[in-house]
Amino acid sequence: MTIRHHLSEQLLLAHACGQLPEAFNLVVAAHLTLCDECRARAGAFDALGGAVIDAGGGVEMADEAIEAAVARITGFPREAARLPVRAQGVLPTPLADYVGGDLDAVRWRPVGMGVRQAILPTSKDATARLLHIPAGAAMPGHGHGGLELTMVLQGAFLDEGRRYGVGDVEIADEATQHTPVAEAGGDCICLAAADAKLKFSGLLPRLAQPFFRI
Amino acid sequence: MVISVNRRRVQAEQAETDWVNLVAQVRDHGDRAAFAALFRHFAPRVKGFLMKSGASAALAEECAQDVMAVLWQKSHLYDPARASVATWVFTIARNRRIDALRKARRPEPEELSWGPEAEPDQADVFEMQRESERLGDAVARLPEKQRVLIERAFWGDLSHSEIASETGLPLGTIKSRIRLALERLRHVMD
Repeated sequence: MTIRHHLSEQLLLAHACGQLPEAFNLVVAAHLTLCDECRARAGAFDALGGAVIDAGGGVEMADEAIEAAVARITGFPREAARLPVRAQGVLPTPLADYVGGDLDAVRWRPVGMGVRQAILPTSKDATARLLHIPAGAAMPGHGHGGLELTMVLQGAFLDEGRRYGVGDVEIADEATQHTPVAEAGGDCICLAAADAKLKFSGLLPRLAQPFFRI
Repeated sequence: MVISVNRRRVQAEQAETDWVNLVAQVRDHGDRAAFAALFRHFAPRVKGFLMKSGASAALAEECAQDVMAVLWQKSHLYDPARASVATWVFTIARNRRIDALRKARRPEPEELSWGPEAEPDQADVFEMQRESERLGDAVARLPEKQRVLIERAFWGDLSHSEIASETGLPLGTIKSRIRLALERLRHVMD
């Protein structure tokens, strides 16, 4: 797998600062699972956080804090080192945790024109959903009131002359008016997260929007 | 003058290497004295960090205790070739903050660890710890305005749309070192 479309510096820094909505964190976690280049970039931003916390003045803990801590850990088992469990299916591990399994555990709902989706449970400041787009079919054309991240999990889609394959993330903002089309030859499954309701350009999808919670 | 600066540097390097050794003592032997030493250094910093992030003193104290308990339980997940102990503690504290203040889950990437048998290369560990220290020095030397902006971002004062990617931060070397450590780890895992 060759990942060509990566996370932006801004997203990775906001992720390190803990300031992304849960839905965006899910995309970041899924991408970092597949992309060591971005995992290293994320690690560098975490190191910046380490420098901040290390240089920051400490605030004294209560007198008996250390005794309390030692008493507490005495009752705690330390987890033993083990080989990490790696997801074997299509969904990267953090996503499989949200779905409760791999693709066969996804509860798809049709949203028209052959497209199916499944909304994932996250905090309400942004939404995350899985999309299943039939080969050659288009997502309804839409602009954005905010930021939208779309990561490919299976197949590929084309948008604005660029190809997005497995692991790639498309970052779209207010200025983007786009129409992703699933590549011919296979259905495309993606994870999409948005922090504001999408603005559809056609009349019908706009009417349908409240029902589908896109 | 030069000698005293060098000596300070040597002492600082030893201190940072010590944190790594102390975590190893916790991981391998459940060493409570090592845990107490880590607690004395990091718990007040975590408490200070959480208070700057808007937590009350009582909540910050409680969360700092939780963070240190995670350090005890998950010491096998700490990879000294990829992060300083301060960085690892920071990530635990940040995640605890999301949990406590925002009441949201924080999905994490798939865990990568050396497993029960393999160990990172000692030279990699040393380089990573030294690089982390250099980064700390570089951040301390930043113009105050830029340093304050970074601190505010990490304390959670800025929303994700307010956070601009900072240019001129000396993160390139540390990124390359982590990348190298990941390649070696993948090789062991495969």
